[in-house]
Amino acid sequence: MFYNYMNLNELTIKEARQKLDQGEISAVALTQACLDQIKKIDSRLHACLLVNEIDALQEARVADQRIKAGDKSDLLGIPYLCKDIIMTKGWRTTAASKILENYIAPYDATVVRKLREAGAILLGKTNLDEFAHGASTENSAYGPTKNPWDETRVPGGSSGGSAAAVAANLCLFALGSDTGGSIRQPASFCGIFGLKPSYGRVSRSGLLSMTSSTDVIGPLTKTAYDAALVLKTIAGQDDLDATTTPEAVEHYDQVFKSDQNLQGLKIGLPKEYFLKELDPLVKEKIMAVAKKLEMAGAKLIDISLPHTQYGIPVYYIVTPCEISSNLARFDGVGWGLSHITKDLQEFYKTNRGVGFGPEAKRRIMLGTYALSAGYYDAYYKKAQQVRTLIREDFIQAFRQVDLILTPTSPHTAFKIGQQVDDPLAMYLEDIFVTGASLAGLPALSLPAGLINNLPIGAQLIAPRLQEGIILKVAGVLE
Amino acid sequence: MEIKPIEIQHIAELSRIQLSPEELKKYGQQLGAILDYIAQLNKVNTKKVEITAQVSDLQNVFRSDEIRNWDLQEVKAALEQGDLEGGQIKVKRVL
Repeated sequence: MFYNYMNLNELTIKEARQKLDQGEISAVALTQACLDQIKKIDSRLHACLLVNEIDALQEARVADQRIKAGDKSDLLGIPYLCKDIIMTKGWRTTAASKILENYIAPYDATVVRKLREAGAILLGKTNLDEFAHGASTENSAYGPTKNPWDETRVPGGSSGGSAAAVAANLCLFALGSDTGGSIRQPASFCGIFGLKPSYGRVSRSGLLSMTSSTDVIGPLTKTAYDAALVLKTIAGQDDLDATTTPEAVEHYDQVFKSDQNLQGLKIGLPKEYFLKELDPLVKEKIMAVAKKLEMAGAKLIDISLPHTQYGIPVYYIVTPCEISSNLARFDGVGWGLSHITKDLQEFYKTNRGVGFGPEAKRRIMLGTYALSAGYYDAYYKKAQQVRTLIREDFIQAFRQVDLILTPTSPHTAFKIGQQVDDPLAMYLEDIFVTGASLAGLPALSLPAGLINNLPIGAQLIAPRLQEGIILKVAGVLE
Repeated sequence: MEIKPIEIQHIAELSRIQLSPEELKKYGQQLGAILDYIAQLNKVNTKKVEITAQVSDLQNVFRSDEIRNWDLQEVKAALEQGDLEGGQIKVKRVL
């Protein structure tokens, strides 16, 4: 890593909160420490697509005044970075695509508005696979992000910029989006915590849509407790996103108890996630996590999620289909890339041909194909039926257990360029993470140690809206 | 299975995406490989299985249709990013 002395940017949210409230440090100093770290190393990492020093420092000054006036808020004065697929008013929001190269978001996403009101300080926007299509951040039109643990490797994706930024202490936390693993897999590759909340727990208003039936916004943090603080702030029903649940938001930070007792908790180990093909080194790390849970009083139970192997094929039908529809709006009219051509059809085709990168084109075409006349039943309907079976597997499993433990990824971070020409290999990266997405369940990746000096994550999956139990258990494991 | 260039060309037309001859060939092979992999779904018996289109457990979500006024600056910022002429967004002839 890059540091061996304690800088303010290396603090967790919890630590910074105490120091800010006790007047030991100012939000301006904390923000400046993050900006300094960005200046120092981001030319190498390329985690950020935009850094707004002037606005960030202005927000920090306001936060300091609020703290002085006695305002108590979990995230007041805490600097963060936001994945560049989430709208930030007056700031460029590109989705890492050429087609939105000059697009200025006219309003804040609900999550950004909530964080602004809470007094969190937005430093800038992070890199991602174009429109969040990918598992390595190599699909960004603005070049890949590097993994802070080894700069020849990918940080994972699609929220790779956010994960690398948190791992390298460019910020105290970052926002990502997870459609089929895009928060959890990069968290695993970068050795941090990444929480995908339940579908509908956090508003997506202002998130550029990818797969509307699985998209979720969530935090990437240095600790489980920090994830709880961010989730508590951003969660809740929003009349701008009709899929948000009316269920009350829990006080997620109250689940962390000092006694660390998990007596009576039942943890399922699904056999389909521990097949003999699984790298023994990865298995060893996940079983070490299981052992720790057992030591804390939890009971380990072997379970089965029989339709696990169909997660990827279902996901790679559902997702491209929804993408082909969601990305139809990018046509060069009104905003974004706009080439001059002689007629309307050519105008659309040129703008989209030039504006979208290879993976976006592949997914749009795959979705268009699967939804086209004569193929709908064979692909889209079939995938939606198997999705039902995958969802029912989880419902069955949660009759037996409270929580499911799996690997997040089948391996540690791979080399940049290693599989860019093999889209199918890239899709298989999502093998352990699509299930929870298709079923709409909350899931978190937490650091489970190092293999050859590279981090690997363990995944916890809970029943719908049970983020609290995940966070509690992750807290015990920390 | 490789998707034939003529078929890929048709999908690209439907997708409103201009592709070069090299792209047509490359995507034909890649999409073919992906569809081969997806074909394993045919092994699953789904005769009596309902579809899952969404997992929010909600239906018929309404809100009152209130007009929220944006200030003029915000409207300008939202609408004046495209190609403009005389304050209007320029669009190609349709007919």
